Amino acid sequence: MREALSMGGHAAYVWTAYGITLAVIIFNVWSARRKLLNALGEARRARETEGPRSQPKVRQLS
Amino acid sequence: MKLPRWFHLFGSPPFVYRLAGILSPWLGFLACALLLVGAYWGLFATPAEAVQGEVYRIIYIHPQTAYVGMMAYVVMAITAGIGYIWRIKLAHAVAVSAAPIGASFTACALVSGSLWGRPTWGTYWEWGDPRIMFETLLLFLFLSYLALRAAFEDRDKADRVSAILAVVGVVNVPIIHYSVLWWNTLHQGPTISKLDSPSMATVYLIPFLIMVAGFTLCFYWLLLKRLRGEIVERERGTRWMQELLQGGAP
Amino acid sequence: MKRAFFAVLTRDLKIAFRRVSELANPLLFFIIVASLFPLAVSPDPEHLRSIGSGVLWVVALLSSLLALEGLFRADAEDGSLEQLMLSPVPMGVAVLAKVAAHWLVTIVPLVVLTPMLALSFSLPVGVLPVMAFALLLATPTLSVLVALGAALTLGLRRGGAIVGLLVLPLTAPLLIFGTRAIDLGLYGESTAAPLYLLAALAVLALSLGPIAIAAALRVGVE
Repeated sequence: MREALSMGGHAAYVWTAYGITLAVIIFNVWSARRKLLNALGEARRARETEGPRSQPKVRQLS
Repeated sequence: MKLPRWFHLFGSPPFVYRLAGILSPWLGFLACALLLVGAYWGLFATPAEAVQGEVYRIIYIHPQTAYVGMMAYVVMAITAGIGYIWRIKLAHAVAVSAAPIGASFTACALVSGSLWGRPTWGTYWEWGDPRIMFETLLLFLFLSYLALRAAFEDRDKADRVSAILAVVGVVNVPIIHYSVLWWNTLHQGPTISKLDSPSMATVYLIPFLIMVAGFTLCFYWLLLKRLRGEIVERERGTRWMQELLQGGAP
Repeated sequence: MKRAFFAVLTRDLKIAFRRVSELANPLLFFIIVASLFPLAVSPDPEHLRSIGSGVLWVVALLSSLLALEGLFRADAEDGSLEQLMLSPVPMGVAVLAKVAAHWLVTIVPLVVLTPMLALSFSLPVGVLPVMAFALLLATPTLSVLVALGAALTLGLRRGGAIVGLLVLPLTAPLLIFGTRAIDLGLYGESTAAPLYLLAALAVLALSLGPIAIAAALRVGVE
């Protein structure tokens, strides 16, 4: 196992490359999720502050 | 050309929002499974390569990320073009969602490539290599697209202007590709060749292809995830969004 | 259509020659930046010869960016661009005329100056025709790209810095083939291949470019 992890002495290169790729995927997942949650939160807040006043108008229009 | 009726559903934000919500966990599960299996297979279950030893194992992530970057650019340009021509807001939303994913994967491919280059070519960066130059320019194209979008405050204008840039960019991508390729041959510099993928032995090919499939699904998973956020941002005031919020659904 | 083309062209040329000092700015920039390189790198003629063609090409690219601010902005602000769009002239033709005017006024002087600067970089006289020819073939494409950058950023209050980001990555093929032609000329080999490729790019840019520029202008003037 130890031998397999050492990658024939090139462990630093191989594992860094895999680690960075993994980090990029995780970053993308995180940022997509944050974007969705932020957008939902903002939409909710906008609905609360604008309140029922604007809501019927929107309903009538569409 | 007459399109089937159901086709129009793909221009409807609520439909696509829900569809993406249903599809993305499945895609995510499949992508993660393929990536884990492929990575384990590639890292531990294949023999070391004769010339490069163990370092060659970067081949299971580097070409795939580079390919996802290119695919992201093509997806971005096609959807941006569709959005510009038929004025479909949803198509613009897809284009916008593809850009940051493509940019980050292209940057990642450059980094993993240079980590591969150091032990095999003896250098982190080789300006003479056409593929490195192509990837670098592709990254610049992504970044200029994002910078142009960021400069506009009006989303609708940003959509249409950046769509033109994306389409011009995709016309340029093959030109850039061949120009950097011929540059090297005209240059008659040292031609460095990596593992030739077509002549790859089956032992390496299977995990390689698993990783290709895994990264492809991963891209579409991330794209759908981002697209949902983008749709909510754009559709904030609409009725279906209000109803969605009332239901308390994510 | 031909008449409309020349009408737009002569109008733009007239306007440009009314402000000669503005025309001179990119040229001065070109000369000054090019003369910084011997100071920064080394005054050794051998050295300068090896970097000369590349330096001159890059500096020419940068100075052509300087001139683009005036390309559509003034016309958009005084409304003449909208008039042009409302007129029956196809927008692509008008755009082509404007690009041609820009090329004649700001780029041709650069092309004339480059061989002189090349001499100061101790490039041999024999390559100068190749260099001038390569520049003449490459600069129409460059003008189209610069105009595209100007058109894309028309809706922004300040487009200056971002245009470089948009245009410069797209100019890579020009740079590659342009400097390669000169290098081949330096070694006394045939320079036909890169020159043909530059010509092909110019044809492509001049035929498709105006469509994209017109589309961008339409968004920009709204």
